[in-house]
Amino acid sequence: MGLKNLISSKKMLSLLAVFMLLSTNLLFAQDAASSATTGAGDAGTATGNVWIGPVYYILLFIIVCFVVAIVGKILRVFDLTQQIQGKKPMNWHNIMGVFCLIFLVAGLYGAYWEFTVQGSMILPESASAHGVKIDEMFWTTTVLTMIVFFVTQILLFTFLFRYRYSEKRRGHFLPHNNTIEKVWTIAPAIVLTILVIFGFFTWQEITNSVDAKGEPASINVDVTGHQFAWELRYPGADGKLGKTDYKLVTGLNKLGINFKDKNSFDDLQADTMVLPVRKSIRLNIHAQDVIHSVYMPHFRVQLNAVPGLPTYFKFTPTITTAEMQRKLGDPDFQYLLYCNKICGGSHYNMKKVVKVVSEAEYQAWIAQQKPYLSGALKKELQFAATKDAQQKRLALNN
Amino acid sequence: MSTLSVQDHGVAHHEEDHGHHHKQSFLTKYIFSQDHKMIAKQFLITGITMAVIAMLLSILFRIQLAYPEKSFPLLETLLGRFAPNGRLDSNFYLALVTIHGTIMVFFVLTAGLSGTFANLLIPLQLGARDMASPFLNMLSYWFFFTASVIMLSSFFIQKGPASGGWTIYPPLSALPKAMPGSGMGMTLWLISMVLFIASQLMAGINYVSTILNMRTKGMDLWKMPLTVWALFLTAVLGVLAFPVLVAGVVLLVFDRSFGTSFYLSEIVLNGTQVQPYEGGSPILFQHLFWFLGHPEVYIVIMPAMGISSEVMSVNSRKPIFGYHAMVYSLIGITVLSFIVWGHHMFVTGMNPFLGGVFMITTLIIAVPSAVKTFNWLATLWRGNIRFTAAMLFAIGMVSFFISGGLTGIFLGNAALDINLHDTYFVVAHFHLVMGSAAIFGMLAGVYHWFPKMFGRLMNEKLGYLHFWITFIGAYLVFFPMHFMGLDGVPRRYYAFTEFESMKRWLSVNTFITWAAIMAAVAQFAFLFNFIYSIFFGKKATQNPWQANTLEWTTPVEHLHGNWPGEIPTVYRWPYDYSKPGAEEDFIPQTVPLSQTMSSNLPHDFEDNPTGLQEHAKWINTQNKNEEVK
Repeated sequence: MGLKNLISSKKMLSLLAVFMLLSTNLLFAQDAASSATTGAGDAGTATGNVWIGPVYYILLFIIVCFVVAIVGKILRVFDLTQQIQGKKPMNWHNIMGVFCLIFLVAGLYGAYWEFTVQGSMILPESASAHGVKIDEMFWTTTVLTMIVFFVTQILLFTFLFRYRYSEKRRGHFLPHNNTIEKVWTIAPAIVLTILVIFGFFTWQEITNSVDAKGEPASINVDVTGHQFAWELRYPGADGKLGKTDYKLVTGLNKLGINFKDKNSFDDLQADTMVLPVRKSIRLNIHAQDVIHSVYMPHFRVQLNAVPGLPTYFKFTPTITTAEMQRKLGDPDFQYLLYCNKICGGSHYNMKKVVKVVSEAEYQAWIAQQKPYLSGALKKELQFAATKDAQQKRLALNN
Repeated sequence: MSTLSVQDHGVAHHEEDHGHHHKQSFLTKYIFSQDHKMIAKQFLITGITMAVIAMLLSILFRIQLAYPEKSFPLLETLLGRFAPNGRLDSNFYLALVTIHGTIMVFFVLTAGLSGTFANLLIPLQLGARDMASPFLNMLSYWFFFTASVIMLSSFFIQKGPASGGWTIYPPLSALPKAMPGSGMGMTLWLISMVLFIASQLMAGINYVSTILNMRTKGMDLWKMPLTVWALFLTAVLGVLAFPVLVAGVVLLVFDRSFGTSFYLSEIVLNGTQVQPYEGGSPILFQHLFWFLGHPEVYIVIMPAMGISSEVMSVNSRKPIFGYHAMVYSLIGITVLSFIVWGHHMFVTGMNPFLGGVFMITTLIIAVPSAVKTFNWLATLWRGNIRFTAAMLFAIGMVSFFISGGLTGIFLGNAALDINLHDTYFVVAHFHLVMGSAAIFGMLAGVYHWFPKMFGRLMNEKLGYLHFWITFIGAYLVFFPMHFMGLDGVPRRYYAFTEFESMKRWLSVNTFITWAAIMAAVAQFAFLFNFIYSIFFGKKATQNPWQANTLEWTTPVEHLHGNWPGEIPTVYRWPYDYSKPGAEEDFIPQTVPLSQTMSSNLPHDFEDNPTGLQEHAKWINTQNKNEEVK
């Protein structure tokens, strides 16, 4: 029986080898053919059948399947012949153990490569005062977690290799060890406590930021999100923004500014968010239709814009756009504000340029901005007074 | 401890079940089956089907991200109006993302994972003839199946499926005018989810009552395998958390259809259309959603943890290290998971003070997770590791859990979350820690218990191939995403072409897409292996992995009632592997301590003073014999 097996398997082996050769030839041919078609595909798609390209990929896939199957069979046949000749069968435990080790080395190199190459593509230093603290926390957390990452992954995969199966050995019966368990419960608890405390105070500092009494008042800027753009409103000479009411929104008064409030008369509209450097800015965040999110990554600023729930974020830009362009060596660099909460089909294209400039430039810029209360709007307001009354009556009826 | 144990009372009157087997029709055996093993298979196969569908959806949107400007005429042929001129429509892109997330989180990793392994393992590992309520069990599957069909049917309606992200935040999801997917598609999504939750509730109640009431003689809670512990706590979580989502969903239905404004206020559509809603709060929905949503990620990961613990112990030929610590950390995670939901909402406009509180609770939950990781490592240490396909997947689960868990420390920190929220960093984090880790746990379970389900073995070599390509592929896909996130690249963007600063990530996106395609193709190795082995796999022996747990004492051929005679009694914990003094390197739970005098330890008699006396006596006589020699 064993002899019979040997003969038949040798036959099979040669047959499979022939198959293998043929199929690799085929594979290369297919590869060349498919690359030729993809090259020609661009020109031919208008007239050609849409299925041609994908069918080649499917054929390629089927060939890969065959190759895998044939390699599998060859391994099996090889293994059986070895066994029949009285040698030991293939030790898959060793093979997998070595694979684990190879994966570890390759993975460590891959992680190193990612950290150096893609790690250099991340955001530049923070351009806001509070962002510096966030960055400090970020780097502390990164160092701590990366130590744990490398240590645990290295242990995991070296254990796998070191303690791979052997018939001669038995596992070490070790159901528990209270001391060491206490150590690795308390150690992460301490590290996390430190991170929590620092994080908590940083968070409090960033968010508990109502203007203190002695402080010079922040510059109020209203930013309102709607599908799919941002509207900006700057206060005029009085430094105050007028009240708004969503019921007053019309085609002309797109923010629903309540012009009964005198503060609103000199409110300015702007296309670009221009901010003076080293001045406290208070962004008042609104949304009209769905939730958006004001995301200004260079300043480490993000807060959702929620309809019906005005929010604000206070921060101080510290690096002007020109300075940042110089630092990055990129003359086209711009700070951006973009939407970071899914808000509909054009969510991916909802940006506003942010410019940080010197105080003098800011004053020059703001002097040129137009007020919301335009001539057309003034005309409409006469009409709005009666419309307002109508709405009130409706409300009473309800 | 002994107060926890509940004695079995459901054994005696089940005895007559298998004496006179009435013939089952195809319908009662395969379709409306009430046998837990068949229901487990139904859950598994439906879950795998849904996983393949969701995977294909992800490949579609990955192609869009890699080649945002390129036209693929085939897409238009296949998808019609959803891909005009061979490019995905931006609304349909969001629909793909939404349905991919929904299917993967709920239909695959909740129902597919818990549904399969809770149904299969709870009765088999605890020594019960079936679930507490087989009928409820059947109902649970069919609710799940209906929910799946409804979810998928939304691809066939005019405006396409729900597309507000799997979190379906209103007002986007509440206003049909806000995007096409918020019309009929969202209605179907909501109906499907309500049915799904009903299914999960029925299943969860069934699991909990089975575990508490139907354990065999001797199986007290501290003798349960970690799989059962994990599935038990998962079921408790599900029962407590899922109803809250129903509440949230029902209010959303009211807002959408009956003109209420629970979640809506001060809305102006298209710049001019003032809507009548007043006084609602979109944040309320987020609270309700994440009150389920956060426990949900533990519902997803805990069964994977349990399965990995069991598989790693069996294949390291070593007891799981710190069994009690493993259980207590699961309990800790269960309890804490209810008070951390706010970390999804740090920058939503929620009161910043609450943000601080949620940050503290969130970082506390990292402690039990760390304990579990170290315990797994200690389990491997000085083991005798057999590389079965299941073992490799369990190891992959640990590796992913570490990689993804560590980035959770960044995101759980409210101050850091300001800049990372909703970026690709988050995508990378949760795809590793709950996506890849949980699916690897599930695959480990499939490879490990395949012989129990189908009586045959899967091909190990093909399993190796599947593992390595998927494992490497998943890292190649998700590792670079961290750096995109750190560069402020937001998730759920249809294309990065509109931003000069994001264009440089295009090459990375192309790379990720090809890695994803590679990993997806590798899944065919699994599918082939799975289907082929059901029919032509090598016949399994009764206990192919030399494991201790009760399911391997049942005959290979399935029979209703699981054990042909009396249900075996349990005498020991499930992890007596490589015990010194024992003949073999495993001692099944059904072997009484009296038969293994040479390997008993004083520790085995913690609650058993007479046993301890016997043990001491035996040791004494041994010692005397030694002296005589």
